[in-house]
Amino acid sequence: MTVIANPGKRDRLWRTIVISLPYAWLLLFFLAPFAIVFKISFADPLVAQPPFTPFFDWAADSGDRLLATLDNYRFLLEDKLYWVSYLKSIKIAFVSTLLCLLLGFPMAYAIALTPYPWRNFLLLLVILPFWTSFLLRVYAWMIMLGKQGLINNLLVSSGIVDKPLQLLYTDGAVYLGIVYTYVPFMILPLYATLERLDPDVHEVAADLGAHPLQVFRDITLPLARPGIIAGCLLVFIPALGEYVIPALLGGLDSLMIGRTLYDEFFVNRDWPLASAVAVVLLFILILPIMLFQRMQQEVES
Amino acid sequence: MNTGSGDRTGVAGGACSGTPWRDPKQQPFIEVRSLTKRFGDFTAVNNIDLHIYRGELFTILGGSGCGKSTLLRMLAGFEEPSEGRILIDGLDITDMPPYERPVNMMFQSYAVFPHMTVEQNIAYGLKKEKLPRDTVRQRVKEMLELVQLPELARRKPQQLSGGQQQRVALARALIKRPKVLLLDEPLAALDKKLREQTQFELMNLQDQLGITFVVVTHDQEEAMTLATRIAVMRAGSFVQIGTPSEVYEFPRNLYVADFFGSINIFDATVISWENQDITVELDGTGTRIQTRHPKTLASGSRCQVGIRPEKVLISKKPPEGAGQTVTRGVVQDLAYYGNRSIYRVRSEAGRVIQVSAQNYQRSAELLLEWDDEVFLSWDSSCSVVMTE
Ligand SMILES: Nc1ncnc2c1ncn2[C@@H]1O[C@H](COP(=O)(O)OP(=O)(O)OP(=O)(O)O)[C@@H](O)[C@H]1O
Ligand SMILES: [Mg+2]
Repeated sequence: MTVIANPGKRDRLWRTIVISLPYAWLLLFFLAPFAIVFKISFADPLVAQPPFTPFFDWAADSGDRLLATLDNYRFLLEDKLYWVSYLKSIKIAFVSTLLCLLLGFPMAYAIALTPYPWRNFLLLLVILPFWTSFLLRVYAWMIMLGKQGLINNLLVSSGIVDKPLQLLYTDGAVYLGIVYTYVPFMILPLYATLERLDPDVHEVAADLGAHPLQVFRDITLPLARPGIIAGCLLVFIPALGEYVIPALLGGLDSLMIGRTLYDEFFVNRDWPLASAVAVVLLFILILPIMLFQRMQQEVES
Repeated sequence: MNTGSGDRTGVAGGACSGTPWRDPKQQPFIEVRSLTKRFGDFTAVNNIDLHIYRGELFTILGGSGCGKSTLLRMLAGFEEPSEGRILIDGLDITDMPPYERPVNMMFQSYAVFPHMTVEQNIAYGLKKEKLPRDTVRQRVKEMLELVQLPELARRKPQQLSGGQQQRVALARALIKRPKVLLLDEPLAALDKKLREQTQFELMNLQDQLGITFVVVTHDQEEAMTLATRIAVMRAGSFVQIGTPSEVYEFPRNLYVADFFGSINIFDATVISWENQDITVELDGTGTRIQTRHPKTLASGSRCQVGIRPEKVLISKKPPEGAGQTVTRGVVQDLAYYGNRSIYRVRSEAGRVIQVSAQNYQRSAELLLEWDDEVFLSWDSSCSVVMTE
């Protein structure tokens, strides 16, 4: 039993395995597909199976076998459509994240201050919507926001407006849908950090002469920072690439990048261009994450 | 065991001079009127009345869970009293929020701000006062030196030991120089030497700045050395309030007597009480003791008689002189502490009596040995009669 005789070695082996698991996961399910998409983004579209040109043309007679092209990226830069949908996506994701934070922070704080067992009940309410299909919930909003929907009926019958408002197929409906869907992802990490805050620390600040608002600014907010960052990333990232909500609730001008991507892939069947759109989207996403990490490091040092 | 207590009221010439609590004309600085705090059915603080005078260093002493922190938290404004009022300098502060009270508190849990450095922690209170930067920096520097942390000024609390965190918390509360400073077990995590130093610093601050201190502790020795007065607390009420020598020499009951050092207790019956002169008879031996007791006691009622170990003389020869309580016994156990020795003597009546004797003779041999026959004697007036 030489393995047991040398526990240090075995521990190290286990550690290597444990550490390499998430890396293997990332490699298999993120890096590999990304490499494929990245490769396709340098190809030309073809009416064939698969619908794009290969990277190398081994059969070519001339020495110029590399078929890779930057045309797709050039096209992205030149056509205003893509700029518009990227910017629109960023704006909608950013504003939605902000709204989720403004809405989610007080809710998370209230839950963290609620005594047990009520707290568990409130947490359950936050998670409850996930128990029904996401699509079903978006359809429910479509029905409620429609011309003959619940909201318009209420508004008209109470005399606030004369005729039904255009609620569905607007940016407002998209914001509503995104905030409604993603606010739990803000609340849960916020709750997890706020719950661990030491109440004594807040009392000390008050004791030293800080008004409730100052206590919030000086103590609560900085200590809740990890939760705020996690929540914002968890909302911003999926919201940026969101497809279903703008497609169902948004109008024609609510053109988000997810929709553009879908159209390129399935309507135009231009896989290379669609891949380029996806690659650029990924870099847009990596940027804020790196920024946050930088900020985090600065705070720590 | 604490022999000979330092009653500071005579020595400290600083902010709190004399014995204001004996002067009915003196205005108390902190006045607590029938203060009660209930948590549901449980009464944590029960109908407390308390007067603390300007510049006092008042300590509250008591076992765990007796309501000390709750009382302090009500003074600081974190716990709303169920009943009663709190006045400071004649001003009713019962409904004032914590950040407006002229009171600062050091928490038992330290509660150091985890996201700020030591320096920022200490400076926080002054920054809220909007003092000029230079003043803040100067006072932070002084405080860092006082609590001996200048090298750690830039550290984060996670990099500090428990005792260092406690010193940060202390400095953070002290720097505001409030009218009243509440300290909840301020020195519990410090080692003996640092604790003694900080005790002296606290007393100096009290003298120099005229801050009124209310200090919670469950270390009786600390209470003795620090306090102008001590309140002994038990189950939400005060059992006795008095100067260190009062609570030590004239404990009102067994609980207080036992709290400060050790004491020999005898069950007894009251023979007579007249004008504070009392005669009691010890059970078993029939020894009669005459001493003084402030409260009327009916003849025949039961009581306890206590005598501190250091008040008992131990000798091989029978003692001389009147007014003495004398008993014979055999040394059963002894412990040598260098400056003094503790003897446990079995008396004729079969009781074990503890004696603490100064070793004022220099000798490599023990003056008394196991199984030596000895006489124990004490001045009858040193006996304290207690009821309950
Ligand atoms: N928020 C609360 N809810 C219910 N009970 C409480 C609360 N705070 C304190 N108590 C109870 O009140 C009693 C007094 O508590 P307190 O903290 O004042 O004790 P303490 O004298 O400071 O004890 P220690 O020396 O251990 O610090 C305890 O029995 C405690 O359980
Ligand atoms: Mg306490």
